[in-house]
Amino acid sequence: MKNNQNTPILFILLGGLILLFIIAPLASMFLATTPNQLFETTQDQEVIDSIWLTLRVSFLSTIFFAIGAIPLAYFLARTKFKFKKLVNGIIDLPIVIPHSAAGIAILGFISRDSVLGQIGSSVGLNFVGHPVGIALAMAFVSIPFLINAARDGFSNVSVKLEKTALNLGASPVRVFFTISLPLAWKNILSGLIMMFARGLSEFGAVVIVAYHPMITPVLIYERFGAFGLKYARPVSVVFIIVCLVFFILLRTLSKEKEPNNA
Amino acid sequence: MLKLKDISIKLGEFQLKNINLELNKGDYYVLLGKSGVGKTVLLEIIAGLIKPDSGKVFQNNLDITREKIQKRKVGIVFQDYSIFPHLTVKQNIAYPLKRKKISNSDKDELINKYASLASIKHLLDRNTQNLSGGELQRVALARMLVSNPNCLLLDEPLASLDIQLKGGLRNLLRQINKSGVTILHVTHDYEEAIALSNKVAVLHDGEIIQKGLTKEVFRKPANEFVANFTGIKNFFIAEFTPINTAKINETLEINVSNKEGVKKGKIIIRGEEIIISNERIESSATNNFKGKIKQIIPYLINHEIIIDIGVDLSVVISDESLQKFKFKENSEAWVSFKATAIKIIP
Repeated sequence: MKNNQNTPILFILLGGLILLFIIAPLASMFLATTPNQLFETTQDQEVIDSIWLTLRVSFLSTIFFAIGAIPLAYFLARTKFKFKKLVNGIIDLPIVIPHSAAGIAILGFISRDSVLGQIGSSVGLNFVGHPVGIALAMAFVSIPFLINAARDGFSNVSVKLEKTALNLGASPVRVFFTISLPLAWKNILSGLIMMFARGLSEFGAVVIVAYHPMITPVLIYERFGAFGLKYARPVSVVFIIVCLVFFILLRTLSKEKEPNNA
Repeated sequence: MLKLKDISIKLGEFQLKNINLELNKGDYYVLLGKSGVGKTVLLEIIAGLIKPDSGKVFQNNLDITREKIQKRKVGIVFQDYSIFPHLTVKQNIAYPLKRKKISNSDKDELINKYASLASIKHLLDRNTQNLSGGELQRVALARMLVSNPNCLLLDEPLASLDIQLKGGLRNLLRQINKSGVTILHVTHDYEEAIALSNKVAVLHDGEIIQKGLTKEVFRKPANEFVANFTGIKNFFIAEFTPINTAKINETLEINVSNKEGVKKGKIIIRGEEIIISNERIESSATNNFKGKIKQIIPYLINHEIIIDIGVDLSVVISDESLQKFKFKENSEAWVSFKATAIKIIP
């Protein structure tokens, strides 16, 4: 490790405390869980089902919403228009509002009384208490991560490269798929993983839309409420390990080059 | 084959005003202008990447001002080459061919043909990340030629290259032009215009202030800006008298050989034809002036001395002469030049 001479020791100490603040609660939870408890939890069908449901729904919701979010991000990166700042603000809205409130909003949007709910009912689908409802709640709170990352990615692609491709006879659609998308892909992939990971960890919005079928964050809450900390902890540890896998993947893929100070 | 008619556009600080330009098939046209004068914008208008506020672009007598970019047979090569960084050299060159209905073997043949022309055949399987500026420029040119444009637009193609690479690339550009491709090349470097073009236009303050055959523009610059921009240092506005004298820049009277009886015009005195000495010398030169040396500028093979004789005069001398006569800045010296060394432009 190279110590930058310009970084005061005080900053390193303060930074260390913050790192400790993040690591300590997680480490204590891991240390308080025995290998036996962990093993038993991984054999618990309810836990397995909930983890698979959480992974599956978050993954599908990420893929489904990416189909619209990526073109929107491209549009925002490339187009100047009057209310662009307002639109960017709207995209960030799910990050700043309380997620329980987001859940209430989603519930109102998909309940049987709503237009969407009635459309669903007409084909025999009740969004409330259904994986589709969970997917909508997950997407609502996590989609800003994808749009923002993809928009930054597209902004970093030189407009001249796109102009050159057009000039070489490519259609705008082909330019998007052969130039813009591949060059912004690293950021988009980070955004996709971030959205997926954020969807996995969502509790507040999902619990209001669908208590059942139970995603893992809701299961942890239920185990805590019904049986206490001791029973909620192993499920938390297993789920954190699953989330960590994706977190490490995200950090590896989105790792940017250190700025050159020379 | 390519015609710009009254093109005008305003973009932030600068604007282009009523640009008219006509390129015939096979022309190598150089558009000279300082940086930031709007040369690239003009190329982008021709390529269809920017729409002009007014005016029209014609290609083979067809109005293409509103034509889609990909439908125009006009290829632009940007100053930064715009090589697709995620593709190999071969994939870059093959890019314009992807949707063309030709066999893979024909595609390979085309790629090899233009890679050979650009002397980059050995780089075809390389990534573009570690290529030099000259190699990237060659890849950009090969890629553009594969798309078979009627007209090639080059944005400062030699600006980022060092001297050795410039020579090779100039030869390549000449070759491309000789093969029948019409070229419009924008640059701030008049030497590129001399080395490559048959026609030249000078862009200043958003307007074309002079255009025509390169030899004509360099021989008869329309004003001081064009003269300076085309590398001519001693360019003066002159009023002539019937007795073979002329007043230059309304200050200095000199002897001229005005056989055509020009009354008002411009004169050019080549710096190489002016003699500078410490003392006045007697010779057949009828123009002898004492002045103060303002600046001595070293060049690769000689020196330029700027001497104030009422007007600033640029004199070119060799390294040996400078050492022999020990000219110094702020010292006095004499200059002399023959009346017949003065070129008069009516």
